[in-house]
Amino acid sequence: MVGALTWVGIAVFGALGAVARFRVDSAVSARFPSDFPVGTLVVNLTGAFALGVLLGAAVPHRAALVLGTGFMGGYTTFSTWMVESERLGENGDVAGLLRNLWLSMLLGFAVAAAGWYLGQAIA
Amino acid sequence: MNAPSVRAPRAGTVAAGALGRLSVGQTRIAAILAGGAVGALARAILAEEVPHRPGTWPWATFVVNLLGALILGWLLTRLAERTAPTRYWRFLIGTGFCGALTTFSTFQIETFELARGGHVLLALGYPLVSIVAGMALATAGVLLARWGRHW
Repeated sequence: MVGALTWVGIAVFGALGAVARFRVDSAVSARFPSDFPVGTLVVNLTGAFALGVLLGAAVPHRAALVLGTGFMGGYTTFSTWMVESERLGENGDVAGLLRNLWLSMLLGFAVAAAGWYLGQAIA
Repeated sequence: MNAPSVRAPRAGTVAAGALGRLSVGQTRIAAILAGGAVGALARAILAEEVPHRPGTWPWATFVVNLLGALILGWLLTRLAERTAPTRYWRFLIGTGFCGALTTFSTFQIETFELARGGHVLLALGYPLVSIVAGMALATAGVLLARWGRHW
């Protein structure tokens, strides 16, 4: 059961997460100019780690919804990861495409797991 | 008698007037906020309606991620190649809605929890199918944007 205020919280924090993604992606891409989509990688890895900590620490359900589902869900993105990979392939950089897929997946899994165990340890 | 007609301004005009006072950068942020709120809410509602039980395929995340990949592939190609440059659609629907509708963090945590629960096949199959299908749908979106005559 999710109350009205929690839904509002999810929408507000999801919106803030999306803006945070835009800011971080822009800043990282400006700092490290590359054909490889470093900005999205940094966003997705930091977000997966942070969600791991939240869930590992077993924060209360409503906090998990607003901060996890809302903010971290809005902050990280699957669609941009896919479309940027498709773009790399379309530009003939098949190695870059494959690297973007496996690097994000393996590192994402590793940082999510590390975050989860860290959350367990500190909670 | 032809008194000048006084009409209530249309909603779009009011919105444009309000947005007109913002800079381009501020309007982009407003577009990302609006799209992000709707995208995150849609994902949360689906997750609530189709809850993920331990040891099962995470359908809600799977579906929103694929849907978002399709829409974003279509949108970015359409905007880049087939329509006049627009200022805000990319930020409202792309960065905001599709970005917030889809999620990488939940995708990874779900994979981790499948692995931690000893569901090896699901822990391998879920990311593999998500990535392969995600690439296929992003590509389908790109091709649809190029081939479609009326969309």
